[in-house]
Amino acid sequence: MSMTQQAAPAVGTPPAPGRDGRTRQRSLALRLLARPEVGVFLGAVAVLVFFLMAAPTVRQGNSMATVLYQSSTIGIMALPVALLMIGGEFDLSAGVAVITSALTASMLSFQLTVNVWTGVVVALIVSLGIGLFNGWMVVRTGLPSFLVTLGTFLILQGVNLAVTKLVTGNVATDDISDMDGFDQARKIFASSFDIGGVDVKITVVWWLVFAALATWVLLRTKYGNWIFAVGGNKESARAVGVPVNFTKITLFMTVGFGAWFVGMHNLFSFNTVQSGEGVGQELIYIAAAVIGGCLLTGGYGSAIGPVFGAFMFGMVNQGIVYAGWNPDWFKAFLGVMLLGAVLINLYVQRTATRR
Amino acid sequence: MTTEKTHGAVLADTPPAGDAPLVELRGAGKSYGNIRALHGVDLTVHAGKVTCVLGDNGAGKSTLIKIISGLHQHTEGEFRVDGEPVRFSSPREALDLGIATVYQDLATVPLMPVWRNFFLGSEMTKGPWPVRRLDIARMKRTADEELRNMGIVLDDLEQPIGTLSGGQRQCVAIARAVYFGARVLILDEPTAALGVKQSGVVLKYIAAARDRGLGVIFITHNPHHAYMVGDHFSVLRLGTLELSADRSEVSLEELTNHMAGGAELAALKHELAQVRGVDVEELPEEQDLTAPAATGTEEGTP
Repeated sequence: MSMTQQAAPAVGTPPAPGRDGRTRQRSLALRLLARPEVGVFLGAVAVLVFFLMAAPTVRQGNSMATVLYQSSTIGIMALPVALLMIGGEFDLSAGVAVITSALTASMLSFQLTVNVWTGVVVALIVSLGIGLFNGWMVVRTGLPSFLVTLGTFLILQGVNLAVTKLVTGNVATDDISDMDGFDQARKIFASSFDIGGVDVKITVVWWLVFAALATWVLLRTKYGNWIFAVGGNKESARAVGVPVNFTKITLFMTVGFGAWFVGMHNLFSFNTVQSGEGVGQELIYIAAAVIGGCLLTGGYGSAIGPVFGAFMFGMVNQGIVYAGWNPDWFKAFLGVMLLGAVLINLYVQRTATRR
Repeated sequence: MTTEKTHGAVLADTPPAGDAPLVELRGAGKSYGNIRALHGVDLTVHAGKVTCVLGDNGAGKSTLIKIISGLHQHTEGEFRVDGEPVRFSSPREALDLGIATVYQDLATVPLMPVWRNFFLGSEMTKGPWPVRRLDIARMKRTADEELRNMGIVLDDLEQPIGTLSGGQRQCVAIARAVYFGARVLILDEPTAALGVKQSGVVLKYIAAARDRGLGVIFITHNPHHAYMVGDHFSVLRLGTLELSADRSEVSLEELTNHMAGGAELAALKHELAQVRGVDVEELPEEQDLTAPAATGTEEGTP
């Protein structure tokens, strides 16, 4: 950082001293705190330590695997939701879109008696289509994404129930576990493997892979640069040539991809899908992203933060059970966590980004 | 939309192209329906010269910039770039001909680091497609070099650009435009929201851009700022040219006279007397100032 010593200003006026002189080098601790994911990392460690002490069961490998599994199903969706939030938009339809995707794959495969992979591919197209529709509506109309996706949320919720009842005569889809390609698809979306006698679900691996990929894209690619820019200042971004609409629409489609993936996981681990589920999940994803240090107004955040945010959710969710408490407290606990995280984020940002 | 390659370094070193104007307006005008916002405007921009466009609010300054920067099209007269008549349909076309506009409020994304802002929309990348990534080291080095060439010294390119002062932000935007191949730089009231000291900083960079061989169009309503860096002055009033004169033909006092009249003038003179500190010889004499100030009209003006 001592790069400013040999500065030779090109202009004739008395040169400014080597350093601007008005900025003190901030301490390492302060600079670390300015990273969006550090606050939530500390929070996650605190929750982990708390439950390690309060609930001895958590110390066993199998319990930890369950916690991670729970975290991963939230975490896989929290990632694209976080990217979208950094890009300055919301998606309230993310929760029910997961179910829409699972229903599509399940019913299509069963009713037409085709290989489940056909259903999986069609579900992917439908999910990306929902994302495309959300994104296109938002950039075309200029309406807040809150409104647009609230509309999609209600539409999908209704369609999920109505179409399922129409097709199967029931609120759940038929069991597809004996169909062609099921075992193969299950291996990818819902299998588990053994590490040192502990049964680890494959979604945990996918979660971490996606998180690494999202971090790389966000910090090391042009597209990542655009995400920050469209969330931070849309007009400036447009003025310097960033394809704002393209960026926003593809972000919505990324959420669609996430919904597809989690939907497939649900389908292949439970064999059947309840059409009324998914409501309320979208807020959990958004909360995980916010706890993970993403700014609700866009332009700031990380992909690693939501990983810790989702872990906190999984930890609290399972930890309460392992500690033998009434699980009804879960939501209250979450609320406190969310508020706490938001306050910490606010404080950290104010102190750490101040000159 | 975005160019894959950077093309700035080449053009930035192009020597001033003799006397041929880079941008030339002849009798240009613009009507919105039956409203004539601008008419009969002549303006030439030469490489290595600062052309100041002055005028009060509503004089037609914005319309003029919008024509040159490609946001609007002119409805009368001629608009030539390098001698070729042009008619832009988007700012991108203007940009491709090397005409860059730095808007006062539309330059940066506050929460992003300085170097990311510098290259936003024209990022440098390396590697083949699936793993094509930002060339961060090169971007940081280049941003630092370019800022230094403009005489801007920043301690830390990682700091969010929002933590810089308004003047510094403006300067980064200017340096960016220069680097990305601008030959003509349009500055839309760059000093309007700044304090005296910060305005000085921006004026310094305008001079630096001029010395690098760019043609600068400096839009302002502050004759004082204009006179410090300007080579040619065009004063707009009610949508048309009130004055077009080289620096040798006009004094600061005359310039001010042309921008405002009557009671406003007295107040302005009063103001100018207080902002002393640059180009002192060109300031009006003390005795000149006391006369209009004593007319008693300054109480009514802010």
